[in-house]
Amino acid sequence: MGGFLGRRLALVLPTLLLVSILVFGLQQLMPGDPALALAGEERDPLVLAQIRTELMLDRPLAVQYAHWIGRVVQGDLGVSWRIRMPVARLIGEKLPVTAQLGFMAFVIALGIGIPAGIVSAVNRNGFLDYAANIVGLAGLSTPNFWLGIMLILLISVNLGWLPPSGYVSLAEDWRQSLATTIMPAFVLGNAIAAILMRHTRSAMLTAMDQDYVRTARAKGLREWRVVIRHAFRNALVPVVTLGALELGTLLSGAVLTEQVFSIPGFGKLIVDAVFNRDYPVVQGVVLVTATIYVGLNLLADVLYVLINPRLRVA
Amino acid sequence: MQSPARLAVRRFFRRPAAVIGLVVVAAFVLVAVLAVFVAPFDPIATSWTTIRKAPSWQHWMGTDENGRDVLSRVIHGARASMLAGVVSVAIAAGIGVPTGLLAGFARGKTDMVIGRVADAMLAVPFLVLAIALAAFLGPSLRNAMVAIGVTAAPVFMRVARGATMDAATNEYVEAARALGNPAWRVAVRHVAPNIVAPVIVQATLAIATAIIAEASLSFLGLGQQPPSPSWGSMLNSAQRFLSQAPWLAIFPGAAIFLAVLAFNLVGDGLRDALDPRGK
Repeated sequence: MGGFLGRRLALVLPTLLLVSILVFGLQQLMPGDPALALAGEERDPLVLAQIRTELMLDRPLAVQYAHWIGRVVQGDLGVSWRIRMPVARLIGEKLPVTAQLGFMAFVIALGIGIPAGIVSAVNRNGFLDYAANIVGLAGLSTPNFWLGIMLILLISVNLGWLPPSGYVSLAEDWRQSLATTIMPAFVLGNAIAAILMRHTRSAMLTAMDQDYVRTARAKGLREWRVVIRHAFRNALVPVVTLGALELGTLLSGAVLTEQVFSIPGFGKLIVDAVFNRDYPVVQGVVLVTATIYVGLNLLADVLYVLINPRLRVA
Repeated sequence: MQSPARLAVRRFFRRPAAVIGLVVVAAFVLVAVLAVFVAPFDPIATSWTTIRKAPSWQHWMGTDENGRDVLSRVIHGARASMLAGVVSVAIAAGIGVPTGLLAGFARGKTDMVIGRVADAMLAVPFLVLAIALAAFLGPSLRNAMVAIGVTAAPVFMRVARGATMDAATNEYVEAARALGNPAWRVAVRHVAPNIVAPVIVQATLAIATAIIAEASLSFLGLGQQPPSPSWGSMLNSAQRFLSQAPWLAIFPGAAIFLAVLAFNLVGDGLRDALDPRGK
C-alpha cells in the first residue's frame, strides 16, 4: 500500500507543477499590459512603473514564475486586485458554501443514480431499463443553468414553496439553509445522478453475470438478496471510484448553479472575478480547484485499492 | 461481402433513437445554415410596440424585453451554437488527435511528456478552465470557441492515443515496419485510418458538450456578445423577467436541450454501430 501511494504521489506532483505553469501562463494570454488593467483609470507612468516592479512584470517570465510559485507553495495566492484581500482567505471563505452544496448534490445524485442503475440492470432491456436510460440521457443533455431557471419558475415563482435565490449558512439557521440550497443541490446532482446511473447499470450487469451470483441463486436465495447482497456489493467498487471522479463535474456545475441561484460560493467567486478582471482570484480559483480535483482522484485510487482486496495483495 | 463502413451504417440505421437524433441534428444544421430565410423576423430589430408579448400566431415564441421576435432569435441562435459546436471540436481534434497519435506511436518519453500535459489540463474541471481561458482571452464567440476547443483537446488526445496503441499491435503494422517504411509513414498510412472510428464517436459526443459549454459561456457573458442572439445569452437576460415573461427562458433552453440530446443520441448510436463488440 505504501509503495502504491508513493507511486501515485510521484505522478501527482508533476501534474500539479504543470497545472501551476498552465495557471501562470493564463496571465500571458491577457491582451494588453496587466499593469494598465490593474491601474484602472490611473495612467501616471510612475504608478504604472511601480506596479510593474511590485508584480515583477519587468523581469523575465521564468523569474516571475519562480517568484509566484515560491509564494503559492507557502499558501500565498496573491491579493485580489478588486477588494485588496488575500486570495487564499477569499477562497477559504467561499469554499465551505460550495462544499455544502456539493455534498448535498452528491447525496442526491447517489440517492437517485444508484437505485435507478440497479433497477435498470435488473430489468435489462425491459421497459424500466429503457425508461431509466431515456431519463438518464435527458439528464445528461439538460444544461444545469436552464434546469435551475425552470425550477425557480415552477417551484419559487408559481408555487412559492422555496426561495428563488440567496444563501443562509447552516450555522445561522439550518432550516433556512436547507431551503436555500435544496434546489441548487438538486440541479447540481441531476447530471451526476445520470452518470452514476450509467456506471451502476454497467457494473451491475457485469456483476450479475458472475459465478458467485449464479451460486447465490442456486442456493435458493431470494432475488432481492442476490441483487443487493451479492451483485451490488461487488458492483459498488467501480461505482465508488468512478463516482469520486465526478466531483470535477460537480465543481464545473457549481459555477453556473451558484450564478443562477445567487449563492456566494466558489463558482460565483470565479465568475465575479472574471467580470472585475480580478486575475489573481481567477488564477487562485483555478489552481485550488485543480489541486482539489487531483487530491480527490488520488483519494479515489486509494479507496479503490482499499475496498478491492485483490488489488491490495497485488 | 460488405465493407465494415457499410455494416456500421446499417447497424446505425437499425437504431430508432439514433435515427431520430440524426434527423433532429440535420434539422438544426439546416435551420442554422438557412437562418436568414427561415426566421420570420429580423433577430436584432427592436420594436417598442411589441415588448414582452406572450406567444401568439404572429410571434410563435413571443417577444423579448426589446420587442424582438424570440423564434427568430432562437433560429439565429442555432447558428452560434452549431458553429461553436463544430469549430471548437475541430480545434480540439486538430490539437488532440495528432498529439495522441504521436504519443501512442512514439511511446517512451514523448508519450510521458504529452500524457503529463494532458493530465494537467484534465485536472482543471472543464468549465473552470474554459471560463479562465475565455476570461483572459476576452469575451467573444471566437474566443469562447478557442477556449472550449483547447480545453477539450486532452480528451481527444487520450482517445487517439489509446486507439493508436491498440492499432499499432496489428500484424499489418508490424509488416509495414518490417518492410522498412519510415515511422511517420507507418503512423499516417497504416495506424491513423484505424483511429478514425473512435475519434468520430468522440467528436459527436464532444459537439454536444461544446454546445452546452458555449451556452454556458454566453450565459455568463463570455461568449456571443449582444445584440447577436445566442441561446445562452438569451437565457441570461430571461432570468430578469421570469415571472412576467417565462417564455423567454423556456424556448432557448429547450433548443439547447434538444440539440444536445440529438447529438448525444447520434453519438451513442455511432458508438454502438462502430464498436466491433456490437456485431
